Amino acid sequence: MSTIDPVIWFFLFGLLAGVLKSELRLPSQIYDFVSMLLLITIGLKGGVELANQPFATLIPQILVVMAAGFLLPLLVFPVLLYLGKLNRADAASIAAHYGSVSVGTFAVAVAFMSSQNIEYEQHMALFVVILEVPAILVGIVLAKGLSKNTQWANVGHEVMLGKGVMFLMGGLFIGWLSGPSGVESISPLFFDLFKGVLALFLLEMGLITASQLSSLKRYGFFLLSFGIITPICFSVIGALVGLGLSLSVGGVAILATLFASASYIAVPAAMRISVPEANPTLSLTASLGITFPFNILIGIPIYYWLASTLHASLI
Amino acid sequence: MTDNNATLITIITEAALETTLIKDIEELGAPGYSISNARGKGNRGLRDAAWEANSNIRIEVICSDIVASKISEHLEQKYYQNYAMVCFSAEVNVLRPKKFN
Repeated sequence: MSTIDPVIWFFLFGLLAGVLKSELRLPSQIYDFVSMLLLITIGLKGGVELANQPFATLIPQILVVMAAGFLLPLLVFPVLLYLGKLNRADAASIAAHYGSVSVGTFAVAVAFMSSQNIEYEQHMALFVVILEVPAILVGIVLAKGLSKNTQWANVGHEVMLGKGVMFLMGGLFIGWLSGPSGVESISPLFFDLFKGVLALFLLEMGLITASQLSSLKRYGFFLLSFGIITPICFSVIGALVGLGLSLSVGGVAILATLFASASYIAVPAAMRISVPEANPTLSLTASLGITFPFNILIGIPIYYWLASTLHASLI
Repeated sequence: MTDNNATLITIITEAALETTLIKDIEELGAPGYSISNARGKGNRGLRDAAWEANSNIRIEVICSDIVASKISEHLEQKYYQNYAMVCFSAEVNVLRPKKFN
């Protein structure tokens, strides 16, 4: 029997079906529903945990993670600009994608931890929300400078009230207000079905990833190596930050995964509106065609190994 | 009802633009609009609406020819360079033409 989690097989199945140009696809409403369930579940889990501890104790962690969210895009921007020889708008847009996070990758990391019975801090879901936004703002400033033409109100609306952040925040608050015993009545839908929902989500992600692979040939070697080296470097930063915040091994591994992941929903939408001259195919090929599959297939086990090694040697 | 009495302007573009575009169109004097999802293929490749970043919308506006040309000029200046966008117009017959002028 294979030790690979069945949800990963669903991703590979989707990928294969996409590469073979099969007719297979999830109806788009079902895909919307499945991603909504994932976002709410992740929010609820985090919220329930928040109910268990005083919020004030988390504030230092929140501030550190938020600072990292602003810093990460700044680290890759010069690489993209000078080494990748991309134009300013494209470099800024890709930097924003990599500074932000992918909820799908987070969900796979959570599934990995629970299938291996690894404990982690449930309030990591809060960090997903926190890491989602800053990179977008940095990306826009990198592309345009602090130009007066940027409609910050529109950007803010797009980012904060976008589907992803809203569902996560909604889940967080409902979980927080209801507490562990309160959410019991809705747990069959959200918690018990989590793995099945994730499997369907990853099936569709496999199909979408396959559709990005054709543009990979066009952009070639730099993008491919960038899409693999960046998550590895960022995971090391994430792991060190996690250790600094004295998280558990599982928590460190998840934070490393979050740092390593690249956005493919919130950031592309925001960049399309705010930095229209950036080529969306370029950034999506990197984040969705390379980094997402790399993270869920190879990255997460590596980040867990990294977290346990660092944890054992430094603490 | 034989004379053409209004202009139908149709815009097919990226779904990401919906909010900003609607705001523009209303400011330019469009009396209303209809939006539907669309998919297809053009010089920016296949847009099959498999997921959000790859989906298109079709906006239809019935208005006077003056407003229609204002809209198409504005779109050309502001969006044509960076967005996947097709815009065309046609003279149409409508019942209750006052509603659209």
